[in-house]
Amino acid sequence: MKEFWFRFYKNKLAFAGLIILLLFLIMALFAPLLAPYDPYQMNPGAMLNAPSSDHLFGTDQFGRDILSRIIYGSRISFKVGIISVGISLFIGVSMGIIAGYYGGILDNIISRIMDVMFSFPQIFLALVIMAVLGTSSTNLMIAIGLVYIPIFGRIARGSVLSIKDSLYIEAANSIGVNNLVIMLRHILPNIMAPIIVQTTLSFGFAIRAEAALSFLGLGVEADVPSWGIMLNQGKDWMEMAWWNAVFPGLSATLAILSFNILGDGLRDALDPRLRNDID
Amino acid sequence: MWRYITKRILVAVPVLIGISIVAFFLIRLVPGDTITALLGANYNPEQAAVLRAEYGLDKPLVMQYFIWITNVLKGDLGQSFFTNQGVLTSIIERLPVTLELMIMSFLYSVFIAIPLGALASLKKNSLLDYSASFLGLLGVSIPNFWLGTIFILIFSLFLGWFPSGGFVSFFENPILNLRYMALPSIALGASVGAVVMRMTRSSMLEVLKQDYIEMARAKGVTRKMLIISHALKNALIPVITVLGIQMGYLLGGSVIIEKIFSLPGVGRLTLQSITNRDYILMQGCILFVAFGFVTINLVVDIIYAVINPQIRY
Repeated sequence: MKEFWFRFYKNKLAFAGLIILLLFLIMALFAPLLAPYDPYQMNPGAMLNAPSSDHLFGTDQFGRDILSRIIYGSRISFKVGIISVGISLFIGVSMGIIAGYYGGILDNIISRIMDVMFSFPQIFLALVIMAVLGTSSTNLMIAIGLVYIPIFGRIARGSVLSIKDSLYIEAANSIGVNNLVIMLRHILPNIMAPIIVQTTLSFGFAIRAEAALSFLGLGVEADVPSWGIMLNQGKDWMEMAWWNAVFPGLSATLAILSFNILGDGLRDALDPRLRNDID
Repeated sequence: MWRYITKRILVAVPVLIGISIVAFFLIRLVPGDTITALLGANYNPEQAAVLRAEYGLDKPLVMQYFIWITNVLKGDLGQSFFTNQGVLTSIIERLPVTLELMIMSFLYSVFIAIPLGALASLKKNSLLDYSASFLGLLGVSIPNFWLGTIFILIFSLFLGWFPSGGFVSFFENPILNLRYMALPSIALGASVGAVVMRMTRSSMLEVLKQDYIEMARAKGVTRKMLIISHALKNALIPVITVLGIQMGYLLGGSVIIEKIFSLPGVGRLTLQSITNRDYILMQGCILFVAFGFVTINLVVDIIYAVINPQIRY
């Protein structure tokens, strides 16, 4: 653990990613305290105002403060990210461990289901699920969660296969330890490294997917201050008010970038064999 | 090799069956049913019953699936509720736009990303390497729909260099076609290019450490030959797998890019089918896109097996 922290701390970029994410998290948690204006408050007297000391990121076509909406937007992004990644993490890892541990017909069935889910481009599948379920924050979290299940499933299954024949698993088996206990106590902790990395990267994917689907009008409800919705509405006015299209996208990019560099850093620190850059 | 190819194709068959089941039953999950959605405010039970019988929707679901899949195998994906046009015809009409978008994004990312990745690895820890790595990280992080929007803002609205949307066929006017396709293909290809560049860089770094590179150097092979024939050639093997996966993602990403740049491709057709609740068309698009995705992966796997001398099946 100490070695992990040392390696992680040494990676300045990853550390910077963590700091930016913490700032986003603070922004999301304390949005009502930090936002200078009510994000829903329309102001006909301040429509499409350029960035100024009154409105740092300007205002939109209804005179709403863009900075405040971005601050509240981080709540939506993080909420969707946490719940959807939670869904895929729980279901995917469970399926992967079961498939890898039991093998045989169960593995075959689960792996084929994963193959089918992998046969759709992710954003496309999420889009179709949203079209079927209808637009709402809850449905969006379900759609994104479902789409990323096979990624976790494959990682967990692969990791289980690599440790399944280890002596400690055999020993636990031979003294009659319950299968569920073996999976939870002996296998799960030993396959956590790639799962933690994937979880971090998946947050970035989920934020991107939320923004993309909301941008297409198939994400959260239209009145919710989500970065994707803001971008969707802002692009129609960008000839007159560029700030409407720039700042929400910039926030999404920064959040995704932070998750990506944090994910890269965690991968390097947790398992140097998985390093992207070879020294 | 042929045995491997046959095996790989056979493995794809259950996946394709699975895709058809998902495409069929997903649409049946729509609250109410397609006829209720089609009739909307004009819904009346008698008319709905007639339409259900006409489209075979009054039969048991499993039977509906078998009728549908039999027709699909004959090349009949059904007819759009709204336009009455054949679904396959609609898709084929739109396909060249999506294909051109994908190919241009792919070429652009390959021709920039591979040399840049290779150069970055050769000049490790230089300014070029850091810049390339940063660009790579940025490329994988920028949502393509935002990049597309920013491109329109800068290159269309402010500078006026490129049109902000629309399409002209390549065979009608090649120059104009390229002008229309430039921004969307760069916006779509940016993330692919970034992934390919990162992969090329790390793969090259690994290859450059190998003994046979040292051996070639000791034999007096020129630097140019060493890089191109010995290092890059081998480093590109894993890059090809990544390229294949990314090609599939281009297919998914094209939905958003086609919408932003008003390109009349398959992605936009899918979105239109969703907006119009045209379920037969939507089902056809889902099947088509997933089928395309599986085919791309299959081809990449086969190419990978052919070019990688370490793999013998």
